[in-house]
Amino acid sequence: MTAKENRKKRIESSMRPGDTVLYSPLSNLSARNRLGRTWQLVFLSSTIIGILALTALLLNILDRSFGYVVLHAKVDPATFAVDGLPLEEQTKDQLVSLLETELSSGAFNKLNNEKSFEERSRAEVYALVIERLVKYEVEETWPLFESITNSGEIKAYAAQEYPGDKLTFISWLTADFISRPQSSEAVTAGIRTAILGSLWTILITILFAFPMGVGAAIYLEEYAADNWMNRVIRTNINNLAGVPSIIYGILGLAIFVRVLEKLTSGAVFGLVDPTTANGRTILSAGLTLGLLVLPVIIINAQEAIRAVPQSLRKASYGLGATRWQTVWSHVLPNALPGILTGTILAISRAIGETAPLVVVGASTAISMDPSSPFSKFTALPIQIYQWTARPQEEWRHLAAAAIVVLLALLLSLNAAAIFLRNRFARKY
Amino acid sequence: MAKKTANGLKQDKDPARPLLNLKKRRRPGEIVIQSLLFFTGFFSIFTTISIVYELGKEAWLFFRTPAVNLLEFLTGTKWQPHIEEFGILPLATATLVTTAIAMAIAIPLGLAAAIYLSEYASKKMRNTLKPILEVLAGIPTIVYGYFALTFVTPLLRSVFGNDIVEIYNTGSAGLVMGILILPLIASISEDALNAVPRALREAAYGLGATKLEVAVKIVLPAALSGIAAAVILGISRAIGETMIVAVAAGAGPNFTLNPFKAAETMTGHIVRISGGDLSYDSIDYNSIFAIGLMLFFLTLTLNIISQRFVRRFREVYE
Repeated sequence: MTAKENRKKRIESSMRPGDTVLYSPLSNLSARNRLGRTWQLVFLSSTIIGILALTALLLNILDRSFGYVVLHAKVDPATFAVDGLPLEEQTKDQLVSLLETELSSGAFNKLNNEKSFEERSRAEVYALVIERLVKYEVEETWPLFESITNSGEIKAYAAQEYPGDKLTFISWLTADFISRPQSSEAVTAGIRTAILGSLWTILITILFAFPMGVGAAIYLEEYAADNWMNRVIRTNINNLAGVPSIIYGILGLAIFVRVLEKLTSGAVFGLVDPTTANGRTILSAGLTLGLLVLPVIIINAQEAIRAVPQSLRKASYGLGATRWQTVWSHVLPNALPGILTGTILAISRAIGETAPLVVVGASTAISMDPSSPFSKFTALPIQIYQWTARPQEEWRHLAAAAIVVLLALLLSLNAAAIFLRNRFARKY
Repeated sequence: MAKKTANGLKQDKDPARPLLNLKKRRRPGEIVIQSLLFFTGFFSIFTTISIVYELGKEAWLFFRTPAVNLLEFLTGTKWQPHIEEFGILPLATATLVTTAIAMAIAIPLGLAAAIYLSEYASKKMRNTLKPILEVLAGIPTIVYGYFALTFVTPLLRSVFGNDIVEIYNTGSAGLVMGILILPLIASISEDALNAVPRALREAAYGLGATKLEVAVKIVLPAALSGIAAAVILGISRAIGETMIVAVAAGAGPNFTLNPFKAAETMTGHIVRISGGDLSYDSIDYNSIFAIGLMLFFLTLTLNIISQRFVRRFREVYE
């Protein structure tokens, strides 16, 4: 009889009915530990999968922001050569006179009015010649990794399929891409209009949601008694935070675009042409996003205000300050970093919101920069959505470049929030 | 002599009057400020009322049109406005498919990540991994939509074959939605797991349980209500998610449960209809409010249930 069997007998004889063995030398400890290690690996890899997904997402966007393209010139640049001098080597004056002769005088004057040709640099004029006269079109594109690993084959393929066309390696994300307005050609399309639209919209959102949100948080934390009315308000704010964003879009469409059309189109102020004005403006979009982020701002601001120690308030009251004096001079200054952090996070959510803006704005092709809250607009996420929805690859490359800009914007906002939190965080 | 008392009142020589006036002073400024603050607090109620009123009003107009009746709306398998067929089922099944796939990804992965972060990870590990997961939650959904369409769909097509997987399909939308919801479930579940008192763990260790047994048999059941809250919130989020399905799941209602086929969800339909030329009081305009009303009540119910669960786990351990 082995020692193990001996032990088993001893333990079994000492057990009463109903007893369970949680750990005994008999239950297979090493197997249990092995199981434990296996599952630990499973748990860890689940976490890793999340991180891998993030990596794949970012790499995918990077992959499509650069790569080879075949460009087809509508007009062969060689036809613009002067005395055998190719386009690239011509002087600025030669290029300007070329534009003058080739473009209609109206189009030429319009360009001159936007920015006179004396002020434009040679590079700018050259870009204009390419854009207006040569008119490159995208024939085919390749993503970055394929361009790197397979460049020989791509070159051979392009030479065979598109003889006479230009195969170049480009970055879809360029300074020009950010500063150009939207266009119907992928090569000349940019996101200036969309960025400005986003900034205008967010400005309205902040102007509306920040005071409203902080006000509500102050009311709930400093003034509200614990009665049914205030409980209803609290519950309601929590529920609003969970309403899908598209519902806010529909609400914005019904209230701001339609019912308040006179106000949101600017007709009340006589600022716009009443025959063409409608409520699908920056103001409507900003207010809609304001409603959307309001609960988030309130909840964050409430937490920041709650973190201010009670002793500060008591000291202030003890010196005879009124409730508002206490709030304004003691509670708010101490809660402000927390409130701002929460607001920035809410705003970065608003910048990325697409669905409500599509429902409210619905502008398909806007190439005019917004100039007032009553302008028609497009926004960065809407632009990304529209480009992604097009079946041609080149637009998806542009969408990837626009996503890089959007993510950079969000990253800097979040960095600002973290900086604020670390810089001003106080421990009581 | 004109002495001043603490509250700034002049001392009166009349001995019959008290030295200090302890009556509450009228402060009109304070009252104005308090009313303004009350207004900002009350504004959220106003928002809810407008949502219910506007959605309800337009949905009412929708159901009053002769082409529509409620029974057909709830049971019809065709949604084709141009031939006046309004059955919500094709949109609802697409929502169901994407939500189910998303949850099949997000619940196990999210829960496992939460267990790892709360029970296994060292403090340093946790402080690195958690922010990365939170970054996932902060990426705009349109970016996820782009990812679904340009990465996951081609991947699915190369795995299962181009004839089986369509260019737009609910499967890739659901998968990516699962990645989006994973951090949400992980984060709330982790809070719930952390709220379980140490004493329970120590007791189990004292009885010789292994780490896995403590995590799965002791901590997990104790945090179950919090985890349930996370799951329900995740479902509500998946139902209301719009841009991923609008980009990747396809345009046009399709009554199918096949995740490799294109089908339009409720939210996707709203976006597509309102993205075009939409004239007020047309049946299309009214229909998006009817769908919106359904979405609103569906998500609201789920959110309220989730809050109940959260309150339960808080009451037990805090």
